Amino acid sequence: MSEVMRRPLWGWTLHDGIVIMRRNIIQYTRVPEALFFSLVQPVIFVLLFAYVFGGAIPIPGAESGDQPDAATYRNYLMPGIFGQTVAFAAAASTVGLAEDMKRGLIDRFRSLPMSPPAVLIGRTFADALRQILVLSVLSITGLIVGWRIEGGFGPAVVAYLLLLLFAYTVSWIGAWIGLSVPNTETANTAGLIWLFPLTFLSNAFVPLTALPSWLQTFAAFNPISSLVLAARELFGNPIGIQPDYWPLQNPILYTVLSCSVLIAIFAPLAVRAYRRSSRI
Amino acid sequence: MTPPAVQASGLVKRFGKITALDGFDLKVELGQVVGLLGPNGAGKTTAVRIFGTLLKPDEGTATGAGFDVVKQANDVRATIGLTGQYAAVDEYLTGEENLRMFGDLYHLKPAYVRDRSEELLTLFDLTHAADRPVRTYSGGMRRRLDLASSLIAKPRILFLDEPTTGLDPRSRIDLWNVISELVRDGTTVLLTTQYLEEADRLADDIVVIDHGRVIAQGTSEVLKEQIGGDRIEVTVLQPEHTAKARAALAGLATGEILDEDLHVSVPVSGGSTVLVDAVRALDAQGIEVSDIALRRPTLDDVFLSLTGHSAEDESPNEASKSGRRRR
Repeated sequence: MSEVMRRPLWGWTLHDGIVIMRRNIIQYTRVPEALFFSLVQPVIFVLLFAYVFGGAIPIPGAESGDQPDAATYRNYLMPGIFGQTVAFAAAASTVGLAEDMKRGLIDRFRSLPMSPPAVLIGRTFADALRQILVLSVLSITGLIVGWRIEGGFGPAVVAYLLLLLFAYTVSWIGAWIGLSVPNTETANTAGLIWLFPLTFLSNAFVPLTALPSWLQTFAAFNPISSLVLAARELFGNPIGIQPDYWPLQNPILYTVLSCSVLIAIFAPLAVRAYRRSSRI
Repeated sequence: MTPPAVQASGLVKRFGKITALDGFDLKVELGQVVGLLGPNGAGKTTAVRIFGTLLKPDEGTATGAGFDVVKQANDVRATIGLTGQYAAVDEYLTGEENLRMFGDLYHLKPAYVRDRSEELLTLFDLTHAADRPVRTYSGGMRRRLDLASSLIAKPRILFLDEPTTGLDPRSRIDLWNVISELVRDGTTVLLTTQYLEEADRLADDIVVIDHGRVIAQGTSEVLKEQIGGDRIEVTVLQPEHTAKARAALAGLATGEILDEDLHVSVPVSGGSTVLVDAVRALDAQGIEVSDIALRRPTLDDVFLSLTGHSAEDESPNEASKSGRRRR
């Protein structure tokens, strides 16, 4: 048929990915309530941590006096909240794809002559892009409670890019989970459950020196720790005293490396799950 | 020589312990409309999913427009349209945005997608709702949009998996009309259904499937002859009227009249006018009836006559498992 544009299938990956991404972004605009509440949650976290725990968690090496200082903690906290928030981007991918599967949309996409990874590329990109909005709202909230960027413009941009890279990475993990669970109810739980230990067993809220040594080792290699540490350094926020682990000495490099490795593992797994997926 | 539109030979598909397809053979010529008729769990959906490249068979081969559904899946996909049992459209996009998206994913030229979307929205009577998100649509509108989505690339072969299940009678008839129009345009259609009436209405040829195998094939006339056609069922009030009713209706019978207690069953032909004749005949003899009905053969009758078992006699356990697998 002359109306069909011809090129090899892999050549359509970008085109099809953009079509799907556009669709997912339109979805966000059609359910502003969902977008609103996904913004409210991290804002509540900022307020809770800043005002409830703010005066109770000491940051060794960062305070001038002996007493924990709430202002120092807020500056320490914000990159942690950023890290936690982008990690939770994964849950949106999980639930979104499980919904698509339930509604039979994944079946329809699979019956089209389109590039198979495109559905997932579009989804993960849309979910990561949404984080730009989330990070903006969070940053403004942070500025209101007293957080400051003190490392200059360039490093701050790098920090935000690292956060988006991480959001994109975990979206692939979330996509794989969403396509592997049997239904949306399971997706709601399975999409979130791994994120709690992952974000709390890190330096996002408490200094690693406060953890027992076996947990400290795990937390030091947790990419969220290196991501949050990198963001703290780049924003010029207090970092506290770091235990002696390679990822914490090279937080930017370790973050980029671990994101690359995770994408290399979970993107093929997610595409395989997509190709084998079956609503039934 | 043109290859058949759809061909399957010796398809076997197992899900764990359940064998959904057990040596399934089928041949659909170009331009033919074939109805795949069978109860829940017979393997209809599994077969369509294999033709639609969504499932790989464990054994056997299947082709669409001559392309192998496993080895040349993408060529098959470019040729077919598939509509499942549920409206597989995006809830949050508008009707038009859905059609545009699917058109883009078929890699059609943007100008063509625009024109074709408009054409389909008109054909499916959705123009008034084109700019509304699909979640505001009724069930019938969703199904129509779903069908429109699978037609965006003018597929030569269309698979419809229980296209009207769950629709109210009015929406069902609307959808039948649209499908009939497509058929007139020469599209090859393979549709699955649980309703004999639907297969009868839409298909030239009916393939009856049970336990993953084809058990009968033919035009609806041929199958109905096998089943025995329409019957008038009368229930009289007094036992002594049974014989009188037999005698009164003998003139309408096209075969052997059966009776039991208060019931008389008369094979007839000629549709509902014969029912009026029957009422008149009984009335003229002063026979009081408590019930009279024209009974058309149902899927259950097809099954009873072809397999000796009812369409619903799956054990509950098996039914629920296969239901989950194949629904």
